[in-house]
Amino acid sequence: MHRPLTITGARKINTAGRGSEGYLAGVRAGLPFALVEGLVAISFGALASSLGWGVLAPIVFSVTTFSPAAQFAVAAVLGAGGGVFAAIAAAVLLNARFLPMGMGVAPFLEGGPLRRALEGQTILTPSWALASRSGGRFDRAFMIGATLPQYVAWTAGTVVGVLADFGVGDVERLGLDVIFPAFFLALLMRELRSGGKLTIASAAIAAALAGALVPIAPPGVPVLAACGAALLGLKGRSS
Amino acid sequence: MSPLWVAIVAVTLANAAIKAAGPILAGGRELPPRVNAVIALLTPALLTALVVTETFGGDGHLVLDERALGVGVAAVAVALRAPVLLAVVLAALVTALARLLG
Repeated sequence: MHRPLTITGARKINTAGRGSEGYLAGVRAGLPFALVEGLVAISFGALASSLGWGVLAPIVFSVTTFSPAAQFAVAAVLGAGGGVFAAIAAAVLLNARFLPMGMGVAPFLEGGPLRRALEGQTILTPSWALASRSGGRFDRAFMIGATLPQYVAWTAGTVVGVLADFGVGDVERLGLDVIFPAFFLALLMRELRSGGKLTIASAAIAAALAGALVPIAPPGVPVLAACGAALLGLKGRSS
Repeated sequence: MSPLWVAIVAVTLANAAIKAAGPILAGGRELPPRVNAVIALLTPALLTALVVTETFGGDGHLVLDERALGVGVAAVAVALRAPVLLAVVLAALVTALARLLG
């Protein structure tokens, strides 16, 4: 969809080229995902309606949290009659991946701790992946730009889903649930092509860890535990 | 406050804190090369884990279904140097077709 533009990587380079092009390119790259997330948001709104959440709660949830995985997890746990703490725990586990993601992006954000914390709020899995450049660098403006249309679509989609009752099954019927794994796989293949042996090894270990943990660990844990594969970086020079 | 609102407020706050933690902890200073090497490998590790869990993850077990077919087609497309967007659309199409016929 895009090749890495100029690498606005390390901060020194980044501050030198602070045009709006990075943001705009990010917005364009984020649009296809915004479309998908809009559809997923409609199904979230419909699901929340069917659970009797009313109009305000699902919309507030989308505006303040903006996390499809966490919101669906809360709906799934509460919907199945689970407790509020189980629902919160599931959402936190699913979103714990933002911790390593945030650490990866951190050196490329701007300003002091408060500013970086605010910029960190724009971390979304697709934006983060879109903004990743080879060698662990990140394009900050690209990430912020890519998040913008997705946020708008997620919020608007939730409103539509709550107000008009669509079928929850439509997302699966249209095959939209594979869009994210397919996208992540495409980015992974790019990483593997440009990376060295350690990149391939850490991906292989992560696959094994995630696959082994899916049957035995609660949702969110396999992805988090698989991040441990990155500790291979301690063993030698990264590619 | 109803359990639903407790969950909404708690998840919102936790989510914001998690997203803020990385940038506060790891930004603004040069990290040791070894730490940078680990962070660089986080990308492939995370991407792989997301692909595995979202393609094969079922309700508490691994499943092989139409999703694997769609994602597999995307992999072939990317290997043949197709644009990412095309690969993603193909994945959805193939999955939807397989479900329709299956």
